Amino acid sequence: MVADGVFTWPAEEPRLVASRCRSCGLVSFPVSSPCLRCAGSDVADLLLSPAGTLWTFTTQGFRPPSPPYDGTDGAGGGDGDGTSSAFMPYAVGCVEFPEGIVVEGRLTEPDPARLRIGQPMRVAVVPYTRDADGRDVLTFAFAPEAGKGHG
Amino acid sequence: MEAAIVGVGLHAFGRFPGVSAMDMGAEAVRLALADAGLTWSRVQGGFVGSLEVANPDAIVGRLGLSGVPLWGVFNGCATAGTAVAMAARAIETGALDVAIAIGMDKHPRGAFAAHPSVAGLPEWFGRTGLFLTTHFFGMKIQRYMHEHGISERSLARVAAKNFRNASANPKAWRREPLTEEAILASPVLNHPLRQYMYCGPDEGAAAVVLCRADRARELTPTPVRVLASELRSRRLGAFEVNSTSFPVLDEPTPSPTVDASRAAYERAGVGPEDVDVAQLQDTDAGSEIIHLAENGLCKDGDQEGLLAEGATEIGGRLPVNTDGGLLGNGEPIGASGLRQIHELVLQLRGTAGSRQVPGRPRVAYAHLYGAPGVSAVTILST
Repeated sequence: MVADGVFTWPAEEPRLVASRCRSCGLVSFPVSSPCLRCAGSDVADLLLSPAGTLWTFTTQGFRPPSPPYDGTDGAGGGDGDGTSSAFMPYAVGCVEFPEGIVVEGRLTEPDPARLRIGQPMRVAVVPYTRDADGRDVLTFAFAPEAGKGHG
Repeated sequence: MEAAIVGVGLHAFGRFPGVSAMDMGAEAVRLALADAGLTWSRVQGGFVGSLEVANPDAIVGRLGLSGVPLWGVFNGCATAGTAVAMAARAIETGALDVAIAIGMDKHPRGAFAAHPSVAGLPEWFGRTGLFLTTHFFGMKIQRYMHEHGISERSLARVAAKNFRNASANPKAWRREPLTEEAILASPVLNHPLRQYMYCGPDEGAAAVVLCRADRARELTPTPVRVLASELRSRRLGAFEVNSTSFPVLDEPTPSPTVDASRAAYERAGVGPEDVDVAQLQDTDAGSEIIHLAENGLCKDGDQEGLLAEGATEIGGRLPVNTDGGLLGNGEPIGASGLRQIHELVLQLRGTAGSRQVPGRPRVAYAHLYGAPGVSAVTILST
């Protein structure tokens, strides 16, 4: 996992770990203490619903500056070497959860033509790079709900 | 006491191998002083901004070590708004009679890169490829187009206009006009934004000399009044650059641009209907479209018709980014907003040459927006 305390894993239905301020009720992601509204430090973890709706999205058509990006794809520089290490464009988007928060994350669907604002999305955990030992590193992402039409 | 701009200076924007940011800054200051008919020894204090220069106040070493107080300022892409606002405020409060605002930068090629911790963001946000300001611009215009019926053609119209305006500006970086078709054929970087819809980081410098308005006419027959210069930061609930999430509140939260704009209009005592020429932060073509509405210059969705009829062209009802904007000039962060002021001063003086807005513009408007959700608005008048 790319970080602890950001999403639940392993889990059949992974969820994002947010926090709720016990003083003012504001929900924040990731866990935030002090609270972004009242600066109170009394916050409790809150698991967001496993699904929400797509608020907006875009794509990443070029390899992000590295660091901080640590994807192994295209790490050879230039246009990649045409093999499995070539940069794989991806999409990012914001998903609105029923708890009243919109969260930015990677999307599992890279093709913008297959994405629609308002469509149902579900939290997924996916590999996005490999560590020095060649093992997959996992992060959270948002996947279009299977079998549900575009919003 | 009101502040008035009596001199402006601009080092060209672009790529200048072997020329340091500070040398460009010093050249801009010399041009601004010459424009004002002043020597450096007459400057009582100033405000200088840069991203890349660690000690921008060291520029006094290029100008004369007079012991003058030179305060360093930084607010991301809104840095120059702060430099102008502080200089104007110093004059308004009587602290200084002659002040200078300076901006300079020299960025490496390509998208800005930094460790997310410097922006208060978690490390995983950077490692997983989410820490790019361009994602925000792509996502914001994506939703705006969806909600307000803005077409991809309008994005191309904005970019084509700004490159066309830049082609008439000898100090601009991107002086090659591009057709809307060429813009729409360029690669998608962050859907729906394409390569030729983005500005790029580059190099350049600008400076503005201000003095007490009651003494301005001793220096120039055409002083430009600073009616307002306001800066606002993001509020809870706004969708802003470089953030992991935002809460959905009962009422939608206005962007910091809306807040800065309203404050500036109120202080200036003018309204959007009075604005004759505007400079709006066009980090990308979509930003210019959104910022037209956020600055009160049109209603959400009206941009589609305004752009089709050429309203924002030089000669249109509301000329925007007459010198090519960020798209045509690139963005040396510390200097970008002072370039805007430089162009507006030329327009208000009536000396903008082939870019001159007809009909003697009287009220000019400059807007900046940048990370981490900060906006600066300056309103000028003859």
